Amino acid sequence: MNIIVCIKQVPDTTEIKIDPVKGTLIREGVPSIMNPDDKGGLELALRLKDQFGANVTVVSMGPPQADVIMREAFAMGADRAILLSDRKFAGSDTLATSYAIAGLCRTLDYDLIIAGRQAIDGDTAQVGPEMAEHLGLPQVTYVCDAKLLPNGNLQVHKENEDSVQVLEVEGKCLLTVLASAFEPRYMTVSGIVEAYNREVEVWGADKIDYDETKLGLSGSPTKVFQSFPKAMKAPGEVHEVSEEEAVELIVNKLKEKHII
Amino acid sequence: MDFSYSKTEQLFLQMIRSFAENEVKPLAAEVDDQERFPVETVEKMGKLGIMGIPIPKQYGGQGGTVQMYIMAVEELSRVCATTGVIVSAHTSLCMAPILENGTEEQKMKYLPKLASGEWIGAFGLTEPNAGTDAAMQQTTAVDAGDKWILNGTKIFITNASYANVFIVMAMTDKSKGTKGISAFIVEKGMPGFSIGKKELKMGIRGSATCELIFENCEVPKENLLGPLGKGFTIAMKTLDGGRIGIASQALGIAQGAMDETVKYTKERKQFGKAIAQFQNTQFQMADLKTKVEAARLLVRSAAWKKDMGLPYSADAAMAKLFAAETAMEVTTKAVQFHGGYGYTREYPVERMMRDAKITEIYEGTSEVQRMVIAGQLFKK
Ligand SMILES: Cc1cc2nc3c(=O)[nH]c(=O)nc-3n(C[C@H](O)[C@H](O)[C@H](O)COP(=O)(O)OP(=O)(O)OC[C@H]3O[C@@H](n4cnc5c(N)ncnc54)[C@H](O)[C@@H]3O)c2cc1C
Ligand SMILES: Cc1cc2nc3c(=O)[nH]c(=O)nc-3n(C[C@H](O)[C@H](O)[C@H](O)COP(=O)(O)OP(=O)(O)OC[C@H]3O[C@@H](n4cnc5c(N)ncnc54)[C@H](O)[C@@H]3O)c2cc1C
Repeated sequence: MNIIVCIKQVPDTTEIKIDPVKGTLIREGVPSIMNPDDKGGLELALRLKDQFGANVTVVSMGPPQADVIMREAFAMGADRAILLSDRKFAGSDTLATSYAIAGLCRTLDYDLIIAGRQAIDGDTAQVGPEMAEHLGLPQVTYVCDAKLLPNGNLQVHKENEDSVQVLEVEGKCLLTVLASAFEPRYMTVSGIVEAYNREVEVWGADKIDYDETKLGLSGSPTKVFQSFPKAMKAPGEVHEVSEEEAVELIVNKLKEKHII
Repeated sequence: MDFSYSKTEQLFLQMIRSFAENEVKPLAAEVDDQERFPVETVEKMGKLGIMGIPIPKQYGGQGGTVQMYIMAVEELSRVCATTGVIVSAHTSLCMAPILENGTEEQKMKYLPKLASGEWIGAFGLTEPNAGTDAAMQQTTAVDAGDKWILNGTKIFITNASYANVFIVMAMTDKSKGTKGISAFIVEKGMPGFSIGKKELKMGIRGSATCELIFENCEVPKENLLGPLGKGFTIAMKTLDGGRIGIASQALGIAQGAMDETVKYTKERKQFGKAIAQFQNTQFQMADLKTKVEAARLLVRSAAWKKDMGLPYSADAAMAKLFAAETAMEVTTKAVQFHGGYGYTREYPVERMMRDAKITEIYEGTSEVQRMVIAGQLFKK
């Protein structure tokens, strides 16, 4: 089985602090990490590899600095790493991103594509599903478990809000997975020792078949009009009082604010 | 000169730090309290390759550097000094002498199982009457044709009751003094070999420190390690390497206590402000931070020399001396900054203070480190 895993480098948003004066995000010095859902996706691929044997290729589109997450993927057990990096991709929105990565996938021989459900910086959860559309593949999103059946099909558990759906997928498909379902393994020491001796293939746009108008800025219909940090809410108050007192307290507060 | 971590080291730090935080730290208080050897952690470390970091690939190791190995000891000790010394004694005191002095057969027989963590290693030099004066070995090994017969007792042996392989020093020719001491590889279960009493200790309480008892213990002829009569030299060289490991253990303990104290003093309020805002706190912490960083540079420099194949004996002694004394100072002050809470088991600093003390004692007391440093300094 040949598995492609889409991994993205993102700022570690748990480390992002808010400037108390300006109310803006302080991105300086924030470490970059492999997107958590993607690490979960890599874990799923490696579990399938452990159980059924597979060749795992990680792919990413991003600047040269994304090299470090490719090394991390090697140290966890990935077999091959391709970084799609070209100025032509600058300014890509999710549509142009998914178009480019789908183009990369088309050049590879694969049975399964795994993407994270969502990236913690862009947060759109669009890239995976859009790739499936570009490639004409069936897709299952919000995957929390997957295994290979004896008939060669995949049995996939999909997490819904209040239930889990069990689906059987025939043939090539794309899954988007949840980090919470696949606790990633640690990198191994020997994997780390080897990581920088191996080759991360850096591909330019020329390696894929593309329509110029669908790449980068020109291929991006979404235009960011404005972005601003959400105003911080005032901290709440906690009162430990009886029910009657609580009613009175709330009513008074609402009156104070001229809401009632 | 490059003081920064290499790319490989950065990746390694990312892994070992999250392993320490997620797998080791949650057990630290219990391991101390119950005096429990953390077998499950050792098993996990084995699978990830942490039990064989600087051992070459051809012997089943990970092919990493001494630098990476000591980073592991530091990060583990930062959250649990017991786990740190398990790795340190196993790597520096058992695998290293086999790697450096063993025959090809001995290396192939022992290193793969040790490096994978399937087997744990230990080192037996100290005896009731041979502590700092290690040359006073009373354990004897007699050539009985096809085997060696060992008699005697070793004390205070780290990892002992969980170890499978022991590097043991014994007198093969008393008339030759230190040149009559030889090193042997002894396996658990060899006839006449048993583990004696377990020590109850002040710190590193999860580490199993026991006696080794040899009563007409039969050791195969081929288990002599290195040439006959070279045991003392092997032991001293082994301890040179081990001291870098213990220096990193001390460094880790000091760093762990710093981390806890920074966090606590920012939270704890007295006289209407966080105690971190008092200048006394700030100045003392600044001094401690400076010492911790100085210790780290000494430790890294000693490890770098070992990686480069340069002489490092005095460097290791200076690193251990300074890091151990820094660990003792930082942890004692960490308890002080925590006030009464620091004296209770609710906070880890009291454990860290107890753990720090051993780093001034084993693998050569601080006095011995001074002897080694002065010896080099005044050597003509
Ligand atoms: C109008 C617009 C303009 C933008 N301009 C820029 C720009 O100039 N420069 C810039 O850096 N970003 C830009 N972005 C952001 C960037 O294009 C998106 O972050 C990217 O398309 C992924 O979308 P997402 O983060 O929402 O990922 P999601 O759709 O939430 O990600 C889902 C999954 O898709 C996969 N995936 C997503 N992105 C990648 C990737 N790059 N490589 C491999 N796998 C991936 C991962 O598996 C991920 O878990 C722009 C976004 C918009 C909307
Ligand atoms: C928890 C623990 C684990 C250990 N693990 C191991 C192990 O795995 N393998 C092993 O072989 N040993 C091990 N040891 C033994 C340890 O290395 C010795 O305890 C140490 O070397 C000191 O020896 P001693 O206890 O006999 O003290 P002593 O030698 O009796 O020293 C007592 C004091 O006298 C000082 N002193 C002695 N001689 C001089 C001198 N000439 N000048 C100035 N001061 C001097 C010492 O510095 C010390 O302060 C361990 C010990 C402990 C407590």
